Amino acid sequence: MTPDLSVSIGPIKFGRPAMLASGILGISLEVFNRIYRSGAGAVVSKSLSKEPWEGYPNPTIVGIKGGYLNAVGLSNPGAPYFANMIKSNKDVPIIVSLVGSIEDEFEFMVQQFEGCNVAAYELNLSCPHVEKVGLEVGDDPKLVTKIVSRVKSVAKAPVIGKVGLGTTNYLDTVKAAIDGGADAITAINTLRAMGIDVETQRPILSHKIGGLSGPAIKPVAVRCVYEITSKYDIPVIGCGGVSTWEDALEFIFAGASAIQVGSAIGDGWIDVFGNINDGIANYMKKKEYSKISEMVGLAKRF
Amino acid sequence: MQSVSKTPSIRTIEKVIDETPTVRTIIISDSNLANVLPGQFAMVWIPGVNELPMSIMITEENGKAAFTVRKRGVSSTALYDLKVGQQIGVRGPYGNAFDIRDGKIVLVGGGTGLVPLMRLAKFAKPTNDITILMGSKSKDEVFFENLANRILKDKKHQVIVTTEDGSYGERGFVTDVLERLVQNTKFDAIYTCGPEIMMHKIVQLANSKGIFVQASLERMMKCGIGICGSCCMDEVLVCHDGTIFDGKFLASSQEFGHTHRAKSGILENY
Ligand SMILES: Cc1cc2nc3c(=O)[nH]c(=O)nc-3n(C[C@H](O)[C@H](O)[C@H](O)COP(=O)(O)OP(=O)(O)OC[C@H]3O[C@@H](n4cnc5c(N)ncnc54)[C@H](O)[C@@H]3O)c2cc1C
Ligand SMILES: Cc1cc2nc3c(=O)[nH]c(=O)nc-3n(C[C@H](O)[C@H](O)[C@H](O)COP(=O)(O)O)c2cc1C
Ligand code: FES
Repeated sequence: MTPDLSVSIGPIKFGRPAMLASGILGISLEVFNRIYRSGAGAVVSKSLSKEPWEGYPNPTIVGIKGGYLNAVGLSNPGAPYFANMIKSNKDVPIIVSLVGSIEDEFEFMVQQFEGCNVAAYELNLSCPHVEKVGLEVGDDPKLVTKIVSRVKSVAKAPVIGKVGLGTTNYLDTVKAAIDGGADAITAINTLRAMGIDVETQRPILSHKIGGLSGPAIKPVAVRCVYEITSKYDIPVIGCGGVSTWEDALEFIFAGASAIQVGSAIGDGWIDVFGNINDGIANYMKKKEYSKISEMVGLAKRF
Repeated sequence: MQSVSKTPSIRTIEKVIDETPTVRTIIISDSNLANVLPGQFAMVWIPGVNELPMSIMITEENGKAAFTVRKRGVSSTALYDLKVGQQIGVRGPYGNAFDIRDGKIVLVGGGTGLVPLMRLAKFAKPTNDITILMGSKSKDEVFFENLANRILKDKKHQVIVTTEDGSYGERGFVTDVLERLVQNTKFDAIYTCGPEIMMHKIVQLANSKGIFVQASLERMMKCGIGICGSCCMDEVLVCHDGTIFDGKFLASSQEFGHTHRAKSGILENY
């Protein structure tokens, strides 16, 4: 029997377990279509703000040992423009990522997507390199609850909170999102990090401090997924350093219901989705699992 | 096997050549970039200013790589103003390469679009018969004419310069000259790099005549390696799937020749 690769994340269902992480390739519907055809279960948009943002000057993204450093500065065309672009979307499960600093902004943005086919909203509570949004919001649990509950009250689609490691214990941010009514959690975002060029003695990123992603953060992300799902009864999407089917399974055994892939696209391109699907399917055949949900959290037996 | 770096490596500028009043070539030692395939590019970091995509220029010395830059906005002007002894960071090479066909080929370049075409000429086959068409506004802005003749001296070739004001070479646009050339000569391939409107015309002309054509495209680039999405055009990423695309694909594109993306990702008309 061919194993069933579909996943359920609370009320949300996708045909395949790996989705494109926010901020990676996420600005055009044609590209989303291509990534979906290549085997992704869903795509997450770049984090959208109320107004278009240009982002920081380059260098905004550089490779380092073990992954990437980025401080793109959340450049994005703005929620109204993006909503208009995806109006024609029928086929691709699109998760719309939103970033802002107060509830009103989030409400305005959700309203833009009224006529659109949105699979879920992911609230970016964890971008580590833009002031007054992202981690600064995630570090304020009261604000997180307010934002999540406002979005829940206006959005037709389910709501996911994306958390990262800031100054507040991220488990408190998760709790705050749950209190606001979040349907799921994505963990984690990039980790605040920096790289310095030794010859010129300069920080490499124009913004100096940015976010670390890729294989280097995988063990941290796996730990967070394990801790969140051990403490709270909420579905979690694992994110951070997934580049192979083994990485994806590691997150699932830690308790993730699905996973997201970002940086790995810089090395294996979008073939990574097909490879993850095939690898997981083969593993399931060999170990005689029929559904992904049978494997979620298996590491907790020990 | 060429190695691809994703972290900038610091290189010292060894030589600066003035090509025109607004265009300069800067030369560095970099054995990796010196040997890249024709059409590939690098991300060039001007510390404290910006990082820009730049086609990799040829040099006449082994182990050296070069960039030819026209001063335009803040960042390209900063690169243009760098002096011998100052440093830049380079990462790459990125992107695909021109598919050099046998037979009679024509290379059509506008401005700094000539850069990847010079490497194409250097990599051309001994059997190629090469026509290089160079377009510029006026006599002052003509460059690479002598260099092209030098690197092609052992091959059958001709270099045709056009200026819009007629102050040197033929008067008019390169597209007009190309139109005339394809009436009288049977070409096996056309390669172009330059302003997109120019390339759009060339691709239409080549497609209508059934001539194989490739164009090297320019888009807003941040990562250069296919993860940020800023360079997308239809469903391709110009940095990863290109920058070189062939006429068949370009004819099917909704965006080529019509729109490009601003830094925020909003589509703008040309
Ligand atoms: C693959 C490729 C190869 C290129 N090769 C050459 C070359 O050989 N010689 C040459 O002179 N030019 C080349 N360019 C163009 C070059 O990268 C710049 O776009 C151009 O020099 C204008 O830079 P500016 O800063 O003066 O921009 P402006 O037009 O003043 O734009 C303002 C800002 O936009 C940003 N910007 C502009 N264009 C780009 C871009 N394409 N990617 C990222 N950021 C950008 C910069 O941050 C700049 O500060 C190439 C472009 C691409 C995509
Ligand atoms: C270039 C780049 C841009 C990103 N932009 C966003 C963003 O806009 N919103 C967001 O929530 N996360 C963003 N992220 C974080 C990723 O979605 C992901 O959480 C992180 O990279 C870890 O996953 P990875 O190791 O698979 O890349 C970005 C990451 C990178 C590398
Ligand atoms: S420049 Fe980032 S995807 Fe092309």
